[in-house]
Amino acid sequence: MAGNDTSGRPLSPHLQVYKWAPSMAVSIFHRITGDGLAILGGLMFLWWLGAIASGPDAYAAFVACVWHDPDAGTFHMITNILGKVVLIGLTWAFFQHLFSGLRHFVLDTGAGYELKTNRLWSILVFVGAIFATAMVWLYIFAEALNG
Amino acid sequence: MGNGTRLGRVRGLGSSHHGSHHWLQQRMTALGNLLLVTWFVVSLIRLPLGDHGAVLRWASNPTVALGLILMVVSVFWHLRLGLQVMIEDYVHGEATRLLSIVLLNFYAVGGAAYGIFTIARIAFSGGAAA
Repeated sequence: MAGNDTSGRPLSPHLQVYKWAPSMAVSIFHRITGDGLAILGGLMFLWWLGAIASGPDAYAAFVACVWHDPDAGTFHMITNILGKVVLIGLTWAFFQHLFSGLRHFVLDTGAGYELKTNRLWSILVFVGAIFATAMVWLYIFAEALNG
Repeated sequence: MGNGTRLGRVRGLGSSHHGSHHWLQQRMTALGNLLLVTWFVVSLIRLPLGDHGAVLRWASNPTVALGLILMVVSVFWHLRLGLQVMIEDYVHGEATRLLSIVLLNFYAVGGAAYGIFTIARIAFSGGAAA
């Protein structure tokens, strides 16, 4: 914990001196994933929509940039990796924000504030989000391998 | 604010200076997102996303297009509320905060308008072009 205060008097906590707890982490990650989805997810979605509307060539250019370019130059090799990192990140952020949001709906009813219950569901939000993300991407990569 | 009791003077005042209306809208749109974005993500996983024709046929289906428009409204409304809270908590100083809120509104309203217009464009013309 904080500082060199040896007086033994209780300290007023601050962000840098808090001991991380699951309930605190899930709250912070709710905001981070929400803001990430709002900006990065929103822009990727609009870019994708625009590419669909602009026709086969524009859509192929979008896919070549984000996912896979059949005749890849160095630039697209980098953006293809970045694209997958962003898409996997957005998938995780979606599940994290979704499960955390469901937790908030329960908390809104006044339930789930008991220390052990709160801690359990906070941890389960993280576990569930990572598990769901892994399942989705295992499925996607398995599909890609099978053609 | 009036000269009421101490409680009366702070009731409903968060860092945004107004309260429960925002909170309720956030929950309503969260519920919308829960249904619509889950449907959207499941659809994305099932679609052959590399195939423009298939994606276009899917998106130009009237029911799908309607779902997508509803999702854009719910998502951009929800993200406007969420990013607003983030700005109110972390952006200090009247001028930068005002500027951030203005930019946020441009993004949220502009993004939603672009999204809805694009979906309409796909739905009204795309099906035939495929």
